[in-house]
Amino acid sequence: MTLTDKNKKYLLTGNEACAEAAIQAGCRFYYGYPITPQNEILTHMAIRMPQAGGTSIQVESELAAINMVHGSAAAGARAMTSSSSPGISLKQEGISYLAGSELPCVIVNVQRGGPGLGDISPSQADYFQAVKGGGHGDYHTIVLAPSSVQETADLVFDAFDLADRYRNPVMILGDAQLGQMMESVVFNKKCEPNSFKKDWALTGANGKKRNIIKSFYPVRGELEKFNAKLQAKYSLIKSKEVRYEEINTENADIVIVAYGTCARICKEVLMKNKTPNIKVGLLRPITLWPYPSQIIQEISEKVRAILTVEMSAGQMVEDVRLSVSGRCPVHFYGRTGGGIPSPKEIIRKITEIISVKEEITSAT
Amino acid sequence: MEAIYKTPDSMIDTPTHYCPGCGHGIIQRLIAEIIDEKDIRGKTIGIAPVGCAVLAYNYLDIDTCEAAHGRPPAVATGIKRVHPDKIIFSYQGDGDLAAIGLSEIIHTANRSENITVIFVNNAVYGMTNGQMAPTTLLNQKTLTTPQGRSEQCDGAPLRICELLSVVDGSRFIARTSVTSPKNIIKTKQLIAKGFNTQIQKKGFSLIEVLSPCPVYWRMSSVESMKFIDNEMTKAFPLGIFKDWESQN
Ligand SMILES: Cc1ncc(C[n+]2csc(CCOP(=O)(O)OP(=O)(O)O)c2C)c(N)n1
Ligand code: SF4
Ligand SMILES: [Mg+2]
Repeated sequence: MTLTDKNKKYLLTGNEACAEAAIQAGCRFYYGYPITPQNEILTHMAIRMPQAGGTSIQVESELAAINMVHGSAAAGARAMTSSSSPGISLKQEGISYLAGSELPCVIVNVQRGGPGLGDISPSQADYFQAVKGGGHGDYHTIVLAPSSVQETADLVFDAFDLADRYRNPVMILGDAQLGQMMESVVFNKKCEPNSFKKDWALTGANGKKRNIIKSFYPVRGELEKFNAKLQAKYSLIKSKEVRYEEINTENADIVIVAYGTCARICKEVLMKNKTPNIKVGLLRPITLWPYPSQIIQEISEKVRAILTVEMSAGQMVEDVRLSVSGRCPVHFYGRTGGGIPSPKEIIRKITEIISVKEEITSAT
Repeated sequence: MEAIYKTPDSMIDTPTHYCPGCGHGIIQRLIAEIIDEKDIRGKTIGIAPVGCAVLAYNYLDIDTCEAAHGRPPAVATGIKRVHPDKIIFSYQGDGDLAAIGLSEIIHTANRSENITVIFVNNAVYGMTNGQMAPTTLLNQKTLTTPQGRSEQCDGAPLRICELLSVVDGSRFIARTSVTSPKNIIKTKQLIAKGFNTQIQKKGFSLIEVLSPCPVYWRMSSVESMKFIDNEMTKAFPLGIFKDWESQN
């Protein structure tokens, strides 16, 4: 199976599209360990990587996988690993080392239910872990949240460029639903695997100054200086890389903030127009870090309320509240443990919020 | 006048942070000498561990990658897969390799990654102030075995060379020490053989070096060397455990 015709549409699962996009983005080193619901990434890599002249290894653990990514990234290559929630937890020390060593790489989390072994159904309960650091130390990974198979592919292309541009790990935060469903996809996103000069990479000190890849700064003051440099990089990323999709937010009574699978469901609510007397808009963060705080703040100044919908007990809603800073009420609707919010449930919640608000305003 | 003993070109001429009588400095010098003699500095990449040798790159003047505690074999694998023609070695302590990183070393050997591992067995955790290592001898006192290591409670010393020699993918496995000029020369030969194994693309090689930690053994430098010769080698016999050259 070749999927390299840029004008052709292919019917693939989100996981397959993710793996294929990585290869077409120039990733030649993939390290994975089986865990549902992301196994199709390993399978696809096992077939396609050798065809592309790359390396795909099923390794002994997620720890080994993330540290092999560390090695390949340090050697200057585009490298990726993928897993689902429990495996991503195991990778956290490694991700912190990657961030601390300023190594570019892509990490895919096809989220499943937790905590613990949880279940294999869709979830968005790893939001905190993904955007607040996850591992130890003051660091950030860039976090991209697709909401379709096509967008999964497109964001994987972008992820590799972003990683190289900022010398920073990038995470694709999907879920079981996005990974397993099939949609048509075109692989035609522009990507620049060879346009980044990696003079810091390890190649042997042949005729040049030797390189050291490390995150250890034992001399007093050095680590604080290095952290300041990291923070300056994060500020730059925040100012340049925020992405979101905005639908019907102009003149909306209420705006839903949702990402990934939940955003798809909320789009349905908007399309069905089941709340003819209430104008509903949608703000869909595409980058979860950096977070689209500015636009949410602007929206909060114009709407009666904001509703955050998640497949979690309420994680992203904290960032929405921070962005809104009390300018309007922020409500939350979430399902956990494999529960997926239905359009009906969301509509009920919207009607509840607006009618309660109505009563309060008419009483005062 | 011809210099007959000088700092190797691949070594930075600076005092090390190692304690007096420590084996790390000797072993790293041997590695530098081998890199010079083989003229491979320009294509060698080392992996520094988390342990007393964490700052190995302050002494070895080569491209170096840090690795999280126990993960040097995985990092080495990731580098070697990108640069199959470069010389990749990891340098690891006994806590790093035989405790937290045991899984990585076994699977890296089993895949016969074409890398060389220098395994420094000093029977304690040096960097964290002298706790028990998987290689601590029975009855040896450490911070966490104040009455001496008990087989019942702590298990017996783990023999890595013996363990790895039954892994199909390992190609050259040897144990040596640095207790005398003779043993140091032998150690250099064995490490060089590890590098040759890799240069000839024969696969995974590991050289275990019994190395003194006078500070956390609570011994003088001389006593430490005697301890290795008289006590450590009983649990960890020196020798070659596997050699691709002598296997048909
Ligand atoms: C995940 C993790 N756990 C624990 C440590 C703390 N730690 C640093 S070095 C070390 C042990 C080092 O012992 P060894 O590998 O034998 O090296 P030596 O210092 O003896 O040369 C430990 C436990 C760490 N840095 N990371
Ligand atoms: S603590 Fe032991 S291993 Fe570490 S530098 Fe000192 S003597 Fe060497
Ligand atoms: Mg030790």
